[in-house]
Amino acid sequence: MIPSTHYLVVAALLFVIGVSGVILRRNVITMFMCIELMLNAVNLTFITFSRFLNQLDGQIFVLFVMTVAAAEAAVGLALIVILSRRADTLDVDQADTMKW
Amino acid sequence: MLENYWIIILFPLLGAAVNGILGRRFSHRVIAWVACSASGLSFLVAVLAFWELIQLPQNARAVSVHLFTWIESGSLVAKFSFLLDPLSMVMILVITGVGFLIHLYSVEYLAEESGYYRYFAYLNLFILMMSVLVLADNYLLMFVGWEGVGLCSFLLIGYYFQKQGAGDAAKKAFIVNRVGDVGFILGVFLIFRSFGTFEYHSIFASVASSPASAATLSVGAITLLLFVGATGKSAQIPLYIWLPDAMEGPTPVSALIHAATMVTAGIYMIARSAPLYSRAPETLLIIAVVGMVTALLAALVALVQKDIKKVLAYSTISQLGYMFVAVGVGAFSAGIFHLITHAFFKALLFLGSGSVILALHHEQDLFKMGGLRKYLRVTFVSMWIATLAIGGAPFFSGFFSKDQILWEAYSSPQGHTALWLGGVLVAGLTAFYMSRLMFLTFHGQERFTVNAESHPPPQEPSLLVTLPLMILAFFSVLAGYVGLPGYLGDNRLEEFLAPSFQWVLQEPAMEHSHTEEVLLTLVAIAVAAMGFFAAYQCYVRNRQIPEDLAHRFSRLHRIIEQKFFVDELYDSLLVNPIRRVSQGVLWKVIDVGVIDGLVNGTATLMQSCSHTIKRMQNGYARVYATWIMGGAVLIILYYFLTST
Repeated sequence: MIPSTHYLVVAALLFVIGVSGVILRRNVITMFMCIELMLNAVNLTFITFSRFLNQLDGQIFVLFVMTVAAAEAAVGLALIVILSRRADTLDVDQADTMKW
Repeated sequence: MLENYWIIILFPLLGAAVNGILGRRFSHRVIAWVACSASGLSFLVAVLAFWELIQLPQNARAVSVHLFTWIESGSLVAKFSFLLDPLSMVMILVITGVGFLIHLYSVEYLAEESGYYRYFAYLNLFILMMSVLVLADNYLLMFVGWEGVGLCSFLLIGYYFQKQGAGDAAKKAFIVNRVGDVGFILGVFLIFRSFGTFEYHSIFASVASSPASAATLSVGAITLLLFVGATGKSAQIPLYIWLPDAMEGPTPVSALIHAATMVTAGIYMIARSAPLYSRAPETLLIIAVVGMVTALLAALVALVQKDIKKVLAYSTISQLGYMFVAVGVGAFSAGIFHLITHAFFKALLFLGSGSVILALHHEQDLFKMGGLRKYLRVTFVSMWIATLAIGGAPFFSGFFSKDQILWEAYSSPQGHTALWLGGVLVAGLTAFYMSRLMFLTFHGQERFTVNAESHPPPQEPSLLVTLPLMILAFFSVLAGYVGLPGYLGDNRLEEFLAPSFQWVLQEPAMEHSHTEEVLLTLVAIAVAAMGFFAAYQCYVRNRQIPEDLAHRFSRLHRIIEQKFFVDELYDSLLVNPIRRVSQGVLWKVIDVGVIDGLVNGTATLMQSCSHTIKRMQNGYARVYATWIMGGAVLIILYYFLTST
């Protein structure tokens, strides 16, 4: 049987990829997908622990996370559409008017 | 039912409230009716109360009326209760009686003024506060009245508040009185500390029952502190300086507050505290000396004043000095006696001078008067009566009271021949400056300007003004007969007041014969006569004499004319240093530097902090994400490090 460490390492790698994407990439859609990646990394961790600790709580949590992710996707994509219509760009660094 | 006579204070309270709140809409007639009936009714009730009091047997003549408990906190109990006894009864009669006459007089005197309702509301309030002061049966309630009359005095001196001088004088009176009040309230605190109560009865009983040697130190301190309060209110050295300036107020106010009633509060307070004072011989000595020096100094200054009201103001200070000499030698009832007679003739003098001022269209300079006896008959006669009374002419009221003081100063165990000599000298000076005032005002050439339009010839005011003059003149003559000297009859006032002084420590009187007393009286009469005669010589026969004298002793004359430079002395010693410290240190260093510095410094700190921190909000979403990640890493690191 594959030990839990393998799953967790994969999840950690996925999470780091997601974080790096959010921080380093400027394209909004890419950043958005990276956020999804991070959420799924977390999901993977939940599932792993649920499986190895024989508890259902983790799986329930995953369902919640997926629901929230769906809602977030709806709102986030709407924001991206508005951004591209208004500023005619997908570069987040162009959307820097909200500052001191 | 003597218990019900606390309503004496109800009438002026109502009068002040009605006029003060609604008076703006009333006509002058209504305001005058409200105010005069308020003070008149309280006088009537006071007379009734007096009548009932003398029906009682002598040892029962002290009725305490408890209205309600004012403050109750642990062992500190302050009651709102009144004491009706001979001393407070005599005072309340003088206050409401003279007060009522002055109300009547003011109706006409201030008819032209705006703020009529304000004036009468203050006047009623003053009567109320003075009544509270004398009727109170404990020191804390007395302090309420004490402060109240100070407030009313401030309000009334500053009645013409549009005038710079009046505003300044009002502030001066208020501030100088505060200095005295600090002494008074400290004395009251010390009383509570030593005796655990504010009530006269228990304090005096406990002081009388304790052995003579015990607690002399605290009694000495208490009496000295209370005396500081008295010097403020009763205008003695060193706090008399407010009274001459207080002449900025309307003349009836000067008559009521700065002659007949408020300034007597100090005398009353000392007489009320007589059981304490009689056990503090050192304080008594200080009082007698201060009184004597004040009497002399003020009489000297009064010799050369040009303003008719200033002469009277200094004369008031001088006469108050007399009263302090009386209480200072332990002759408390003699002090009260002079207080009563002085209230009549000094109120009369002020009201008379008001009538002169009114007739001359607000001219107060003595050297612009003269020859007025043709025009103002009633004022002329009544003011001469008052002058004879204050000058100590035989068989006028002032003669008896002044003579009793002089005799006590000479004969009482605490007295001294020097005090008697000073008193006689002051009597001579008094006779001189008062007749000088009269000669300059009513005799000789007419020095005032008369022209058809703006200055018609002087005319006697209406009956409303002259009636109070006549009544006061009547009492200025007869008030003395309540206290005849031993060689003529009974001193009824002293007998009447005796129950109020039952706890006073009586030192065995020295033996003196009536011959001695008569002899001293004759000397005093002779000196007073010399005063009158000298004034006649100087100001009627040969007007050159005073000018020659002033010329020859020009330096001395200047010193006296400038009132011994006391105001200047206070300015350079106290007022200016305080002003300089306030400006240089308190304002520019402490206020601007420390207080403003703290407030502004906090704001500046916040501003500079946020100036740095605000750069974090730069609008780049990715930077925010980095911050969030950094934060998360730090939190995880913290748990990681602490969990092991």
